[in-house]
Amino acid sequence: MKITLKNLSKIFPPQTKKGSPVHAVDKVSLEIPDGKLLGLLGPSGCGKSTMLNLLCGLLTPTEGEILFDEDNVTALAPQHRGVGMVFQNYALYPHLTVLQNILFPLENLKGKEKLTRAQMLSRAREAAGLVQIQELLDRKPAQLSGGQQQRVAIARALVKLPRVLLLDEPLSNLDARLRLQTREEIKRIQKATGITTVFVTHDQEEAMSICDEIVVMDKGQIQQMGHPQKIYDDPANLFVAKFLGTPPIHVFSGNIADKTLYLDNAPILPVNLPDGEVTVAIRPEGFLPDETGALQCQFQGLEVMGRDTAILCTHPACAAPIRAIVESGIACDTARFSIKQGKIFFFDTNGNRLYLGD
Amino acid sequence: MEKNNYKGWLYLLPAVLFLGVFLVYPLIDVFIYSIEEGYNTASGTSFGVGLYNFHYILQDPHFLQALKNTFLLVLVTVPLSTGIALLISLGLSAVKKLRSLFQTVFFLPYVTNTLAVGLVFMLLFRQTPYSPGLFNTLLGLFGIAPVDFITGPYWAKMFTLCFYTVWVVMPFKILVLTGALASVKQDYYNAARIDGTGKLRIFTKITLPMISPSVFYLIITGFIGAFKAYSDAVAIFGTDLNAAGMNTLVGYVYDMLYGNAGGYPSYASAAAVVLFAIVLTITVINLLVSRKHVHYN
Ligand SMILES: Nc1ncnc2c1ncn2[C@@H]1O[C@H](COP(=O)(O)OP(=O)(O)O)[C@@H](O)[C@H]1O
Ligand SMILES: [Mg+2]
Repeated sequence: MKITLKNLSKIFPPQTKKGSPVHAVDKVSLEIPDGKLLGLLGPSGCGKSTMLNLLCGLLTPTEGEILFDEDNVTALAPQHRGVGMVFQNYALYPHLTVLQNILFPLENLKGKEKLTRAQMLSRAREAAGLVQIQELLDRKPAQLSGGQQQRVAIARALVKLPRVLLLDEPLSNLDARLRLQTREEIKRIQKATGITTVFVTHDQEEAMSICDEIVVMDKGQIQQMGHPQKIYDDPANLFVAKFLGTPPIHVFSGNIADKTLYLDNAPILPVNLPDGEVTVAIRPEGFLPDETGALQCQFQGLEVMGRDTAILCTHPACAAPIRAIVESGIACDTARFSIKQGKIFFFDTNGNRLYLGD
Repeated sequence: MEKNNYKGWLYLLPAVLFLGVFLVYPLIDVFIYSIEEGYNTASGTSFGVGLYNFHYILQDPHFLQALKNTFLLVLVTVPLSTGIALLISLGLSAVKKLRSLFQTVFFLPYVTNTLAVGLVFMLLFRQTPYSPGLFNTLLGLFGIAPVDFITGPYWAKMFTLCFYTVWVVMPFKILVLTGALASVKQDYYNAARIDGTGKLRIFTKITLPMISPSVFYLIITGFIGAFKAYSDAVAIFGTDLNAAGMNTLVGYVYDMLYGNAGGYPSYASAAAVVLFAIVLTITVINLLVSRKHVHYN
């Protein structure tokens, strides 16, 4: 099912007498394609949870509309929207067994949706099978590992056959290994059910690895939406460029004069931009070791981590230490680089992307 | 491990000694008194050993009255006060505005002096030559004849005692229950709302199980507290509870020791043992029931 948000806003009233209202979601317009896994990505406090709560109906928007396909659901109560939600801390009922937890939404159904006990059990078993927890049905949530609880929560969300599945930071309570495993699992389940899914995370790697599309948010506003790789290769602004990628992009303050980029008064590149101050961002893999390269840094050391080798160095125009990822095996103690095309981006002093004119 | 065991006991020794001298020894003593016929405190002698003391008190109309009063008090006030406290707490957690004001109001009786409370109850219930009491005035509005709630018919006196007991224990119960309700995470309610759970089902399937340890605690302490009731009855009906027909088990024990009819430690001990047996039985039943219905996380 396709989800359309039109000019959606949520403003929380000030929490204290002197405080100002919080624009948790600020005029968001967005289309989530049918059957896709959408990643909602942004730093903590940028309004991701608020957005999910608006989608599922726990919060009503201050302004704007939410459409599921062609239905306007903006004023619809949560239970009539057909959404399944997985909460960050799972919210499994601790006094009920896994099976009872999964049955819970089905037992609420009334009227002509009402199921017989046998139908409920078979639906619950099916959902449990999908997330592979059939052997755990008689346990209480406290007797499960974090990853297993996560699966139960997903089964409980799926058992009603919702039109939309919403996951709020589903992996943040898991340890690193389990996180990798579970994110693949979520991808698999989403593919198997073909259900339109919104996956909230503050971890860009997570979002990039499993999502069909990602939306990068900051301060309640959408910064950019698109295919993960496309966003990585073509960030719309400095925030997006900085938020995506590990190690993070390196940011230099530079100058353009006579169609040439200067960093710390040294000419680096010819660029087709008007004169003035610019912010330059270079991806770690954009530094090519080059004896005659224009970018001259102060060598600090070499870091070998698994398959990656990084040259650590500093540059006066860059506040943070530089970690240039290079092909392993390069015995390299110089810190002169040329810069790979497509790995360097220019922004104005407000952080908006400057595109090279040709 | 094994070698250091005595150290643990050494640390426990003061507590064990204290409990032994002031709790276990008197407890055993009471059991012994209760089966010694005609024990005399002064000479420390008795006529013999047997069940005569129990036989006596079970035929004593004052004891039977006290037993009946106590059971009535327990059966009426414990469910009633817990239920009302639960309703008020649910109401309190539903209101957003003025919540702390309401909480303060409901908690006031807890920090109010007992004498002041007694005065309030006098105003409410006691008839004087000048006024029939506030409660009777209220009844009068509905055309009901005034009743003497302090020295009148049995049911009226029982009503007063129960009313007083419920009122006195209410603040503490509300405090415990509002705390318990506040500790239920909002996420559970959100999850339930998304799944279209009805209000009643949310209460019975989510709220109640989640606060069940607190409810259970209140019921157990409520039972024990009501079985030990005595001072409340004295505060309302005066010291001669047997004459008023409003004695309680603990009151009976006290009267047998020190009251007008006092000086009978054997009968007092027998009554105490009966009370002990009742409280023990009820507590065990409570524990058995709780195993199934109380959920500790
Ligand atoms: N119920 C609320 N009342 C007031 N402010 C809120 C409420 N919920 C969230 N906020 C504020 O809205 C902003 C976005 O919060 P949230 O959506 O939870 O962020 P995220 O999930 O991205 O970390 C934050 O500044 C937060 O303080
Ligand atoms: Mg959040």
